[in-house]
Amino acid sequence: MRGDATGRIEITDLGIAFGRNGRTVEAVRRFTLMTTPGEFVALLGPSGCGKTTLLNAVAGFVQPTAGQLIVDGERVARPGADRGMVFQQHSLFPWKTVLGNVEFGLKMRGVGKSERTSRARDYLNLVGLSGFERAYPGELSGGMQQRVGIARALVNRPRVLLMDEPFGALDAQTRLTMQELLLGVWREVRTTVLFVTHDIDEALFLADRVAVMTARPGQIRDLVTMKLGRPRAAEVIATPEFMALKARVLAQVREEGARTLAGSRR
Amino acid sequence: MAAAPEAGTAPLIGAPAARTDAIAFPRLAGWRRPFRRVLSLGLFFVAWHVATKWDLDLYVRFQNIPAPAEVLEEAVALFGGAAFYVHILASLERIWLGFAIATVLGVGLGLLIGWFRFAEDTLFPPIELLRPIPAVAWVPLSIMLWPTELSSIVFITTLGAFFPIVLNTIHGVEGIDRQLVRAATSLGAGRAAIFREVVIPGALPSIVTGLSVGMGVSWICLISAEMISGQFGVGYFTWVAYGIVKYAQIVVGMLVIGVLGMLSSALIRLVGARCMPWLPRHMKDGA
Repeated sequence: MRGDATGRIEITDLGIAFGRNGRTVEAVRRFTLMTTPGEFVALLGPSGCGKTTLLNAVAGFVQPTAGQLIVDGERVARPGADRGMVFQQHSLFPWKTVLGNVEFGLKMRGVGKSERTSRARDYLNLVGLSGFERAYPGELSGGMQQRVGIARALVNRPRVLLMDEPFGALDAQTRLTMQELLLGVWREVRTTVLFVTHDIDEALFLADRVAVMTARPGQIRDLVTMKLGRPRAAEVIATPEFMALKARVLAQVREEGARTLAGSRR
Repeated sequence: MAAAPEAGTAPLIGAPAARTDAIAFPRLAGWRRPFRRVLSLGLFFVAWHVATKWDLDLYVRFQNIPAPAEVLEEAVALFGGAAFYVHILASLERIWLGFAIATVLGVGLGLLIGWFRFAEDTLFPPIELLRPIPAVAWVPLSIMLWPTELSSIVFITTLGAFFPIVLNTIHGVEGIDRQLVRAATSLGAGRAAIFREVVIPGALPSIVTGLSVGMGVSWICLISAEMISGQFGVGYFTWVAYGIVKYAQIVVGMLVIGVLGMLSSALIRLVGARCMPWLPRHMKDGA
């Protein structure tokens, strides 16, 4: 649907701090990451490591306290349709039909009714939800809701797609189906994806590069390049190459997880 | 202390047994429940009949209370003439006006107060101050404030409906999931679009609840106001019937008030369900 790949994210020395109960909590410290257009990058780390905060900063929901955040040459100042967001769950408008949800971004841009309906249908087709246009989100399963969420973000043709543990609330079987579906969709739209997860298999299976994060304040501890070929199928998880990378990442994640636990005890 | 857990477990033992019974005889359960309900209603009328025919005096006295047959006779006579309809129409006009004004003000102010901090700070304190005063307590002041009987009674009716509507609307707006607001902004929605596309529909279920409660309260206020001051209306009619010793008319008035209240609440629910086609399934999932 989009020939040219865009979405160069340049994050330089980014710091994000919050004031909480009169104290300053540093969520992210001196975080640096560059993506090439069309790349799939996973942010992997223990819960509370600041990876969601970082994603929220790229989305424009959170203002960084230090450093630079640039997407395709423009400084990120506020939320915008050029950076599509897929949330963990419950982010569809319950009062809008599936079609109404997917059309939303186009409606905001003043696209006419028939034009936006036809474009929304294209993206619903892409995520395999043709025929569900008139359903309400409450009538769909969790996996289907997330597919609507993906179509809703992509219909705006964002430079980058930000995904915040989008499959975290799904059962293992559905999660696998959704991961494969996402890779299929991504091959079509060729947008940059920044994907937050705490699931090692998920990160390694999906991404071109996996940024393993430290405990809070979040920094990159290791940047793993996945040289697995594409298209990938679920079977790749069982290859020795995959297992070796998983062992390496697992050791790091466990260490950081232990550190988070120690930090929270204090 | 030892008796407490036993008391707690007793109904638990009883409940599954009742359920298996319903599963074993689904057809029986199908007609049994409506039958029991009709029977209960029948017994109520029989008890009413007996109490009034035998002039029972059980601390509560039934000597002056009309029997069901007398009430029915009176109702037929009243609905046969034209005068009773004047009262009904007068009440309906006041309810409609009062409720419509309360809806516009309550929903409008509620949305503003719930969403904008400035509106909350400037508009909410007087509402909080006046809220504990029952609308009926406004009757004397209302008669002085408003030039006509219609306007003063409509004022009381509006007051009664306003508070539940405004409070439920505020509650609904405040309960909107911030994630939905974030989602809207990341899809390119501006302030006005968020208000229109997220805040209003998000608060709608709560608004409908407010309207439903408000409708009930406005009937209470209307009837009270009509009983205290007025020359028309079902409330006035019922009160006057007491004064002129037409006891059967009192009960007809009461029943008409009940039926009108019930119908107007049903109307609100119907309109609410029409406005929120996404809700039924959703609520079933939640239950």
